[in-house]
Amino acid sequence: MSKKYDAIIIGGGHNGLICAAYLAKAGRKVLVLEKRHVLGGAAVSEELYPGFTFSVASYVVSLFRPHIIRELELAKHGYEVIPMDCSFLPLPDGDSLARWADPHRSRKEIARFSKKDAEIYPEFSRIMTLMGKLAKAVIDHPAPDITSFNPKEIANLLRLGKAFKDLGPDLFHLNVKLVTMSALDFLDLWFESDVLKAPMSVSGIIGTFQGIRSPGTAYVLLHHYMGQLDGVFRSWGFSKGGTGGVSMACARAAMSYGAEIRTEAPVKQVIVKNGEATGVVLENGDELYAKQIISNLDPNRTYLKMVGEQHLDSEVLKEVKRYKLRGSSGKVNLALDSVPEFKCRPGDGDHIRGDIAIAPSTEYLEKAYDQAKYGEFSTRPYINAVIPTLTDPTLAPPGKHIMSCFVQYAPYHIKEGAENWPKYREAFGDAVVDTLAEYIPGLKDKIIFRQVLTPWDLEQTMGLTEGNIFQGELSLEQLLFQRPIAGYSGYKTSIHRLWMCGSGTHPGGGIMGASGELCAKTMLKSRAV
Amino acid sequence: MKWKIWAGYYAVCSYETLHDAEYYAFRNSAGLLDVSPLFKYRVTGPDAAAFLSRIMVRNIEKLAVGRVAYCCWCDDHGKVIDDGTVMRRGEQEFFVTAADPAFSWFSRFLRGYRVELTDISDQVAGLALQGPTSRDILKQVCDADLDALKYFATCKTRVDNFEIYISRTGYTGDLGYELWVDNAHALKLWDAVMDAGRNYDIRPAGLDALDVTRVEAGLILKDVDYYNALHALIDDRKSSPYEISLGWTVDLDRGPFNGQAALKAEKQQGSKWAIVGLDINWPQLEELYYKRGLPPVLSLQAWRSSIPVYASKDKRKQVGYATSGTWSPILKKNIALATVQKQYDKIGTELQFEVTVEHVRHTVSAIVSKTQFYNPEHKTFTPKPSRS
Repeated sequence: MSKKYDAIIIGGGHNGLICAAYLAKAGRKVLVLEKRHVLGGAAVSEELYPGFTFSVASYVVSLFRPHIIRELELAKHGYEVIPMDCSFLPLPDGDSLARWADPHRSRKEIARFSKKDAEIYPEFSRIMTLMGKLAKAVIDHPAPDITSFNPKEIANLLRLGKAFKDLGPDLFHLNVKLVTMSALDFLDLWFESDVLKAPMSVSGIIGTFQGIRSPGTAYVLLHHYMGQLDGVFRSWGFSKGGTGGVSMACARAAMSYGAEIRTEAPVKQVIVKNGEATGVVLENGDELYAKQIISNLDPNRTYLKMVGEQHLDSEVLKEVKRYKLRGSSGKVNLALDSVPEFKCRPGDGDHIRGDIAIAPSTEYLEKAYDQAKYGEFSTRPYINAVIPTLTDPTLAPPGKHIMSCFVQYAPYHIKEGAENWPKYREAFGDAVVDTLAEYIPGLKDKIIFRQVLTPWDLEQTMGLTEGNIFQGELSLEQLLFQRPIAGYSGYKTSIHRLWMCGSGTHPGGGIMGASGELCAKTMLKSRAV
Repeated sequence: MKWKIWAGYYAVCSYETLHDAEYYAFRNSAGLLDVSPLFKYRVTGPDAAAFLSRIMVRNIEKLAVGRVAYCCWCDDHGKVIDDGTVMRRGEQEFFVTAADPAFSWFSRFLRGYRVELTDISDQVAGLALQGPTSRDILKQVCDADLDALKYFATCKTRVDNFEIYISRTGYTGDLGYELWVDNAHALKLWDAVMDAGRNYDIRPAGLDALDVTRVEAGLILKDVDYYNALHALIDDRKSSPYEISLGWTVDLDRGPFNGQAALKAEKQQGSKWAIVGLDINWPQLEELYYKRGLPPVLSLQAWRSSIPVYASKDKRKQVGYATSGTWSPILKKNIALATVQKQYDKIGTELQFEVTVEHVRHTVSAIVSKTQFYNPEHKTFTPKPSRS
């Protein structure tokens, strides 16, 4: 086992695979090591029940960077995302709100709750689209190092500054509001109807242990608005074959460029000698060596488990320990005997072909957060459900369906300690099904299989520390040049020759691919490989 | 036969595969067009006129009862949001039409005014009866004194047992009326007008025919010839009333209204752009076709894609762009509406217009002309104008 690689990547999540593809495309000898039998990390498709293929964790695609698709020829390797047309909000009183891609259709729906909101809605989308232009400046480049006097870093900072300046004064001020306000306060600037604000505000809390009234959550709202599909702003879609389809396309691209990928090859430790990473030790004792080691794992796992505290400076150690993971969500995957029927809009229809939100009021969402604050899961949680089989029938046998439910809040740190989550797993699953059944009366009879993933499970199976789906919260203090920690934001770590390419690095979050891409490009540019 | 979405409704483009019979109905007899998807608002109360004057670039307080004003409204920077008509139905009652939803925008200025603003878009239907025989047809269905109803006047009347409002307005540049009726009676009104029109060669008409007539009449269209300032993604897409041939609707020297300061400044400093009519040289175009051994080909349909317009001397210098155009069957001219840099807006200026003949691009000359290409006498003629 003395075969020498240019780079070994620990973890075959979509970012690791993209990083591998870029390095391999540049002619480097790359090895990806994945501990599980499937590739994709959290963007993974698995046949959990015979005939049913689930997007086990991450379930929709929007933020994936269009240039990565082009540069890695992902369409050729099977990348296919089908856009969603509707955001559906069933209400307990039998009413409902569906927001469509067609602006007139949305206007008519929203007008039933507020005429003014209905007309302001496109203006809001326009503003968010304009703000989304920042995405290119923010997401598509490494974060500038503001403490550095290196001309390159200063140029980088100026470029970012220019992007903000180019917004014009009105949008610039709005942007200041966006990064300081809560999601709900920000929406209050525009809208009056709670029915509209509730489902919109949840974009501000997804994956963070915050409430819709917590300052700073407006930024997460924008993060979700920055999504692009085929270069078109603000649309979400289903990956053909589940989100694992994206990962598999990345893997096939990587292999086509010559990368080597091994599954069921868990890494035990990074070999560090004299402050330098030289290789990895597998769980089975094998040692593999490479010029550079790249970790697709979250910062916590990378520094504390793969490297080990003994190799870290005290300052770095302090920062890593401060890094907020605090998983706040779980996942419930259901296999259904037939299409779920909503009480408020019975029958199969386009309204259930997009995402379905259980977020009937802002008060409901606040109450859900209240329970989480005190270490309990929400008994009436916010749920974002999708039925991908209505769009991609290959995922289940004919007539059968999959309902994939993202659930918040499910705090990692429950009162009795995270390790006690398995005791509450089924109760949590019941709470989710009970909540859904209030809107879908016949749901319970349709369930033929159920998988409940608590944050604890996400940590155990996928290695997401504390079950955080973004490998660390997208809160302002750990973004840009502070992601994951100040001083080590440029995909480098405090260990020489050890890099990070996961969602825990800038820009992080969602099936975006940017972290993997930027890590590879940074390495190539600095001639590290 | 052909449909499209208009403000969230299915609207007819043409009732037959070709729209030209409907076009000729507008110009020679009468066409009946459903304009219900327009947005409609009722403004009532003691301050209704003051409130609308605050919003519109036109001074609505000066609008007499029974009269209609065509105007536009602007944002704070004097950029046009939308255009429409304001009808004064009573001292304290107005009816406003708009192309985009305007309830939220109008509502912003309600404070301090004793007015009630009601969105009646979904409650009131609109029918446009347009064409030279429209007056004679309308006389059959109601007893309004139509011979005395002037251009841009409005009145209330009855058809059978229900009430309608008539306004002598339209989007065809011909003699014509728009009829406003409660939804409940809309179908009965349609039938009554169609029955009455039988001897006057009436035809149901769609938006394709309308599009040809409105270009001939030089009437601009939002989202085609200009953008709503509230929806424009970049500032360059916003226009002032002066830039879109609506300068004549601006009444600057009066109480405050939206965009006043910016419009005053622009009036002084001059505008950057102007919408002009283009009379596109037909022999030159014909020549280009003949050179390829083809007879000249023109679509019967009005077009609305952006086409570059160049300076006459330097054919590489783009000085503007045409936004809509058509072959005018009645004028026998190839015409377009174009936005050009202000210094090229003088009537008679020669410009170059891009054409594609058999896959190859060329330019032909085009002469700047009035936007109102077609303006027949019967459009504004009133047989027996009353003294008021």
